[in-house]
Amino acid sequence: MTVPKEKLLYMYEMMVRIRRFEEKVKELFKAGSFPGWTHVCIGEEAGAVGACSALNADDYITATHRGHGQNIAKGVPLRGIMAELMGKRDGVCRGKGGSMHIGDASVGAMGGIAILGAGTPIACGAALTAKLKGTGRVALSFFGEGASNQGVVHEAMNIAALWKLPVIFFVESNQWAELSRRSSHLCIETLALRAQGYGMPGITADGNDVLAVYEAACRAVERARKGEGPTLIDSITYRWDGHYVGDPVVLRPEGELEEWMKKCPILRLERKLREDGLLDDKRRQEIETKVDGEIAQAVEFGRQSPLPPVEDLYTNVYASPYGLR
Amino acid sequence: MREVKYWKAFNEAIAEEMRRDPDIIYLAEDARGAVGGPFAMAKGLEDEFGGSRVFDTPDSEAGFIGVAIGAAMTGLRPVVDISFSDFLLVAADQIVNQMAKIRYMTGENYTRLPIVIHTMSGAGMRAGSQHSQSLESWFVHVPGLKLVAPSNGYDLKGIMKSAIRDDDPVIVWLHKAMLRTKASLPDEEYLVPIGKGKVAREGNDVTVVGVSHMVNLALSVAQQMAKEGIGVEVIDPISLSPLDKNLIVQSVRKTGRLVTVHEAPRPCAIGAEIAAVVFEECFDYLEAPVRRVSGEYTPIPYSPTLEDAYMPNARKLEAAIREVLQ
Repeated sequence: MTVPKEKLLYMYEMMVRIRRFEEKVKELFKAGSFPGWTHVCIGEEAGAVGACSALNADDYITATHRGHGQNIAKGVPLRGIMAELMGKRDGVCRGKGGSMHIGDASVGAMGGIAILGAGTPIACGAALTAKLKGTGRVALSFFGEGASNQGVVHEAMNIAALWKLPVIFFVESNQWAELSRRSSHLCIETLALRAQGYGMPGITADGNDVLAVYEAACRAVERARKGEGPTLIDSITYRWDGHYVGDPVVLRPEGELEEWMKKCPILRLERKLREDGLLDDKRRQEIETKVDGEIAQAVEFGRQSPLPPVEDLYTNVYASPYGLR
Repeated sequence: MREVKYWKAFNEAIAEEMRRDPDIIYLAEDARGAVGGPFAMAKGLEDEFGGSRVFDTPDSEAGFIGVAIGAAMTGLRPVVDISFSDFLLVAADQIVNQMAKIRYMTGENYTRLPIVIHTMSGAGMRAGSQHSQSLESWFVHVPGLKLVAPSNGYDLKGIMKSAIRDDDPVIVWLHKAMLRTKASLPDEEYLVPIGKGKVAREGNDVTVVGVSHMVNLALSVAQQMAKEGIGVEVIDPISLSPLDKNLIVQSVRKTGRLVTVHEAPRPCAIGAEIAAVVFEECFDYLEAPVRRVSGEYTPIPYSPTLEDAYMPNARKLEAAIREVLQ
């Protein structure tokens, strides 16, 4: 698959943006700048970027509790996410969602669904709307291999295949399910094996190779837009951090992280771009400076934003007047 | 006016709304034309509206309720049949964690989430422990959901239409016993508003608030007791979330006495909420302690003698009314 150079550089910059954003999130979290807790996706950037690079701006995603990268890749502005993490009024969810529920309908990001696997049927619903209204849009649902064991994922996949919905089930297999290793929960090498049982194609992708993910996602999106139905993609990657920021990751064998860090998705694309003459130290520095500037602005935006007024507690519970309380 | 069967009143509501608004879709197990859902209440919908608006779903309640959520977020107005209300629990995560909260927790991203779930509850059909429950209070407890429980075919048709037009998720709570009933419907269109109850029968001595089909039990007991000169006022809240508190409060301030009646077991059921509202708002008006008539605190058994013992009935309700009148 030939990928235009603009797209390659776009994907590189987007992965750097997510990496630097998440590093800043860890730093701020440890400094006590956020309420609650948070989950970061360092090491997994190629999945979100490869998948969302295959989508149009008006396509849909459902994100997860580990959704900062998925939302950034879909085009949600950094400042709205950062302000949301700070619980501020100008957060993308008005401070009501927080880290786990990031969403921005204006770019098709339907929200972070923090109950594992529960976003899969919701993505199918968006896909049903696209199909019935003939908009040509597709929906992509992110979830992890831990979530793949939820019953509702099974239900969603069966419905999607049965009704030939334009939906992509995208598994970020990061080798962990919360605090436990993949091998405690799954006895198959790839979840792509399950696809056949639902009557849809399954693809295993190297989730640390953004181009491999992009190619798999493009195949799935093309199939969906043609009306041929869903695809399951198992994108094999690795979660560098713990389940949440601060998790000591007691079950990680010595040396495992270091092995995966050698397979860093950003370094991998960087090597290719250098080989192709598309990136040098100067260009790389420019990208990092640009991205760091965006992040600094996002942090400043979040800091300046007010906390939501207490009256906001009561808004948006219902869309129409609730009547007598 | 014309007399129609209960299912027909329900069916007319959906068909009329589907004719009015092309964004309405209908999802039900066994929805296919001639079958029309597990209680045959959707008969003919597929014939009229076709397979791109009427969906025969797999037996996957969580799955197709999730589909309804995603569809509602993106511009459709799904109406979903969960045949037996007991099965709502299979989809409890989608209803309670997703449907009720997704607009709230994503701030101002979604202006509406128009979904109707209609579901059949209630005992007395010898249907056993897993097809007979009255779980309405589970969902009344959840902010973000509305729940209506009409007690007759007229209110059902009118409030079903209101629910379909509402921009929030509404659970329409039906009762199997009413399938046998008929309703007098006007020829012209009408709506029954959500959140507004009605005085089903006026009386001055005691207020009985019934839930769903138990309104009909209360009406028959009231009629019986009227022969002795006892004036039982029967309140049909119709909506349980939001609850028409003012109507109940006004009635109890007049009668000074309250009995609630519902099929659900007593702890934390709607009767407890209504009693609490009355204590908060009418304490100085009460002439007697509140009494709650309910199903027993047991699973619902199969054998007729046992199920009958589980149920609220005229004898139990009449005894409670006499007790508060002493």
